[in-house]
Amino acid sequence: MSLSSADVQSIAHLARLSIEDQDIPEYARNLSDILNFVEQLGKVDTKGVDPMAHPLDMAQRLRVDEVSESDQRELFQSIAPATEAGLYLVPRVIE
Amino acid sequence: MEWETVIGLEIHAQLATKSKIFSGASTAYGAAPNTQACAVDLGLPGVLPVLNKDVVRMAVKFGLAIGAKVAPRSVFARKNYFYPDLPKGYQISQYELPVVEQGMLEIELEDGSTKNVGVTRAHLEEDAGKSMHEDFEGMSGIDLNRAGTPLLEIVSEPDLRSAKEAVAYMKKLHSLVRYLEICDGNMQEGSFRCDANVSVRPKGQKEFGTRAELKNLNSFRFVERAINIEVERQIDLLESGGTVVQETRLYDSVKNETRSMRTKEEANDYRYFPDPDLLPLDIEPAFIDQVRATLPELPDEKRRRFIDEYKLSVYDAGVLTSSREMADFFEAVVRESGGQAKMSANWVMGDFSGALNKDGLEIGDSPVTPTMLGQLLQRIADNTISGKIAKEVFEAMWNGEGMPDDIIEKRGLKQVTDTGAIEAMIDEVLAANPGQVEQYKGGKDKLLGFFVGQVMKLSKGKANPAQLNELLKKKLAE
Repeated sequence: MSLSSADVQSIAHLARLSIEDQDIPEYARNLSDILNFVEQLGKVDTKGVDPMAHPLDMAQRLRVDEVSESDQRELFQSIAPATEAGLYLVPRVIE
Repeated sequence: MEWETVIGLEIHAQLATKSKIFSGASTAYGAAPNTQACAVDLGLPGVLPVLNKDVVRMAVKFGLAIGAKVAPRSVFARKNYFYPDLPKGYQISQYELPVVEQGMLEIELEDGSTKNVGVTRAHLEEDAGKSMHEDFEGMSGIDLNRAGTPLLEIVSEPDLRSAKEAVAYMKKLHSLVRYLEICDGNMQEGSFRCDANVSVRPKGQKEFGTRAELKNLNSFRFVERAINIEVERQIDLLESGGTVVQETRLYDSVKNETRSMRTKEEANDYRYFPDPDLLPLDIEPAFIDQVRATLPELPDEKRRRFIDEYKLSVYDAGVLTSSREMADFFEAVVRESGGQAKMSANWVMGDFSGALNKDGLEIGDSPVTPTMLGQLLQRIADNTISGKIAKEVFEAMWNGEGMPDDIIEKRGLKQVTDTGAIEAMIDEVLAANPGQVEQYKGGKDKLLGFFVGQVMKLSKGKANPAQLNELLKKKLAE
């Protein structure tokens, strides 16, 4: 399987990564190599094997529904770039 | 051409837990911004989500109530997208293996018939935070208190054929989650939200048309209006030779229109994958049995029982079982009134509901208790007061004047049932209106109402109506 330049651009956009045009052919080659490497697994007969959801063969532990966290807003907001009136401020987003 | 509307609803019900789905932060509504957003909710490095047991219990309860399959093993997945109110860059949701699949909900239509609506699936996920775009120059303010609040997303089959059916389904679901006590159903606070997938197709065609997804439908009324307006838009578009584009549209309740939320026309690509931070969720049969034992009487069963046990009409039973609080209140009134079912139904649906509406109160805040209303109905039944006077007593009770017996006593409202006293009042009225008596005797029967009214006025509404009628007719026949 080989990825096109357009594929690489679209993946980069979805991951909000900024990449240089000149680097795209190399990314495409590297990513395609990874996919081809993994594709060898396709040769294994997996009939009757359930898809694995997690490498650990265990079930999720559950916690009791209790409030155990106290308000630490001040501490958390001390490392935020901008806050106002208790809100985190971010560059304006509007759809 | 004749068109057919096809609708499927996605409803997000906020589960009524104390703490969040994956953290121990509080879910209480209305707290100061970010005071209930802990390290897990903020997506700080190194934190791990731990699933809330009550969230699982509530999802199972819902699944059992709609006769669905509860998955013995379900999986949490990451839904990846970037938005500032989603700090991790992904929402933990369920994708391929949801906790609940293939249920059914019966809805009642306006003509009294019923229809089964399929529920494709219900899955667990976390809510995002809230963004505020006004008030901050060039910036958006983010409150993450809501981030991590547990949601059950309930997805219907595209079985609904009109806005009215969609509303009936939504109301039914709203009533059900409140009966089950898994969601408070508060739509103003966003505890129960609805998106609608709407398409049209020529009647008789098998394939579905292209659908639009409507967002921001936060009341029953808006759901109906938004769907109707969107159906109209799609039909106009198709009939003038255009095509419907698959997109998300926002309903604007002020302009009563839907408009496209243009996000560069790119197809959503959420790149779901199983969340490595969470192990698969195993639900044992013993746990399911435990939850099953806690299921209350469901709205449909209750409605049927009300019809059988209290001999109510289908309509009355439907109204009285629309919420568990209403049904419980009604049954308490019946008990307290010594079994006056029909009268209890009329008063609970009439004066009582009217007073609640007028003052914007919930049943739990009512100043009139079932004991008070029950006693009032007993006084009507034993002829102490007439139905008309009872309305006055009810109002006094509502205003905090105490029990009906005290009010009747204090205000001297006891019905006059003494034949002699009523006759005396009749004589007085007839003597004062000789002209009308003449006309009545001349065949103008309608004047009977006039005399009844006059005597009632004289008695300040306290004369027993049945006795009054009987005595009056006798007197006039003399």
